[in-house]
Amino acid sequence: MDRLLEIVQQLVNGVSLGSIYALIALGYTMVYGVLRFINFAHGDIYMLGAYSGFLLAPFFSHFFRFGEFDTFTPQNTLFILSGAGLIMVLSMAICAVIGVLIERIAYRPLRQRPRLNVLITAIGVSLFLQNITQYRLGADPKAFPQLIPVHVVEGLGNLTILTSQLAIIVATILLLFFLRLIVMRTKMGMAMRALSLNPTACSLMGVNNDVVISFTFALGSALAAAAGILVSMDSPSINPLMGNLPGIKAFVAAVLGGIGNIPGAALGGLIIGILETLVVAIGFPQWRDGIAFAVLIVILLFKPTGLLGKPEREKV
Amino acid sequence: MSRALLILFAALLVCLSVSIFGENFIASRYAYYYDILITIGINVILAASLNLVNGYTGQFSLGHAGFMAVGAYTSASWSNHLDPYIVGWLGGAGSPFATNVAFLISMLLAGILAGVAGFAVGVPSLRVKGDYLAIVTLGFGEIIRVTILNTDFVGASRGLSVAGSYTNLFWTYGSVLVCVYVVLGLVHSTYGRGFLTVRDDEVAAEAMGINTTKYKVMAFVVASFFAGIAGALYAHFKAFLTPEGFNFFRSVDVVVFVILGGMGSTIGVVLAAVMLTILPEVLRALSHTQFVPPAYQGLLENRLILYSLLLIILMLTRPQGLFGDPGAIRKRFTRSGGN
Repeated sequence: MDRLLEIVQQLVNGVSLGSIYALIALGYTMVYGVLRFINFAHGDIYMLGAYSGFLLAPFFSHFFRFGEFDTFTPQNTLFILSGAGLIMVLSMAICAVIGVLIERIAYRPLRQRPRLNVLITAIGVSLFLQNITQYRLGADPKAFPQLIPVHVVEGLGNLTILTSQLAIIVATILLLFFLRLIVMRTKMGMAMRALSLNPTACSLMGVNNDVVISFTFALGSALAAAAGILVSMDSPSINPLMGNLPGIKAFVAAVLGGIGNIPGAALGGLIIGILETLVVAIGFPQWRDGIAFAVLIVILLFKPTGLLGKPEREKV
Repeated sequence: MSRALLILFAALLVCLSVSIFGENFIASRYAYYYDILITIGINVILAASLNLVNGYTGQFSLGHAGFMAVGAYTSASWSNHLDPYIVGWLGGAGSPFATNVAFLISMLLAGILAGVAGFAVGVPSLRVKGDYLAIVTLGFGEIIRVTILNTDFVGASRGLSVAGSYTNLFWTYGSVLVCVYVVLGLVHSTYGRGFLTVRDDEVAAEAMGINTTKYKVMAFVVASFFAGIAGALYAHFKAFLTPEGFNFFRSVDVVVFVILGGMGSTIGVVLAAVMLTILPEVLRALSHTQFVPPAYQGLLENRLILYSLLLIILMLTRPQGLFGDPGAIRKRFTRSGGN
């Protein structure tokens, strides 16, 4: 029974970590879907999401009384959640704008050039975002304001689930639901899907590709920002380089699920999160950063299209 | 003996004499410049060797620091554990002959082991292309770093102090010369044609019966070998190694040298490495003068802000780099047909 409890506990930890990777991976996969290139700077959008929350919170902390509640009670739950939700939505909006601007300034002029050029530019953008943040706000870790009280959720027996982990999982499910709604039920979503099938045919059908690409960047960046806020609720220490590793791991998740495939990205994120938690749980915590790369190498060697991806034929 | 080889030996002789007669003078009188001089040499080796992969063969590797780390740690551990015996056997610690031979052995070993690592990484990862290859090599670089971080024998996260600061002007610039000679020699040989065809059109090269994997792996192994040599020089120059010294940003540094210089132009890449090693020092000196308001000092001292802007602006305006051949690049960078 204890063994089972332990497994369930690790699964919950893995799912909450994996949700973060899934949210970031969605941005990689959507951008890859429409532009066929890896947005190296995506992990830094996640970092900027956390930083926008950090900078925004003081403006609202008086009204929403951040950090003043110790526990969730039936009376204050709605109040706390609306405060945290507001910060999250604002950060998502800010990062969506940043994402669109990056695409407009750095990537769009290179659209007809080979992918390698855009990749190098993306590395440049990534370095720039990290270092300009470091320069403006300092390289030292900052304490993220406490948006929601973090404590163990009661009534689950011996299972230790933190409110922050629960928030991550619930918010991710909600965001995925909204994303699916946007992609499957709106005109913009239809245009995104059409664009990823065939850009030329898509623009011949009267779709303005530029607008769709901008929208995709906005959507992906907003999801990454949400991930940044959610992760900072759980571990409230943020620094300018925090986007590096999660960014690469989320990319691995996107490749694992089949890059360009939206459900695949979510699935890949969960798998990477659970694997990482398991590596720590069975006693190799120092290898947790290596496991994602090992997965990447194995997947690229044996099934480069990923779990849910369709094979792409090389045209000569 | 060919003319190129004659030039190489003449240049090596010059290095040797400068090292014998001027080394102590420069190192003691102008320690700061000496430091920069050696760093330039190491960076040039890294850049010229990476250029073989990223420039001539057209594969985008982001893991050069990993191979440098293999070399650095190999040569450092070798020197720490076996140098006393080798030096003692060759004639004692006082003899320059003994220490230099010991260093040469450890350097070659570092190169060979890094080459082996390059082979082990190259064979599987060169099956993927373009941006995937970039991420896979980045991943391997990180795996090498994490492995060092978890290996107690080489000091893990505590770092490793290196016995014997053998690196001097002769070994540094001798390696630079050999590296440039080998790279240029390779590129202008049959193998070089192989590299270039892989870069220009892989599918066509395969259709012509060229074993593209062979050429890619070969470029990768040679580049790793020299990265290992650079690592050995670095180890015996800094005398202290930490895994953090070989992280992703170190690889990015080298990639920036190659891109600024112009992928596939050895002379350009060498010049870029020299320029970008000196530039941060100049900017640092400049930032402490009265011309720069204190608020902007940090901006000038942070080389990565500069590098990142350089990358973006170069890609937008001059993707062939400062010294690259626009013609060759145009051929390579225009996509034929769809996709």
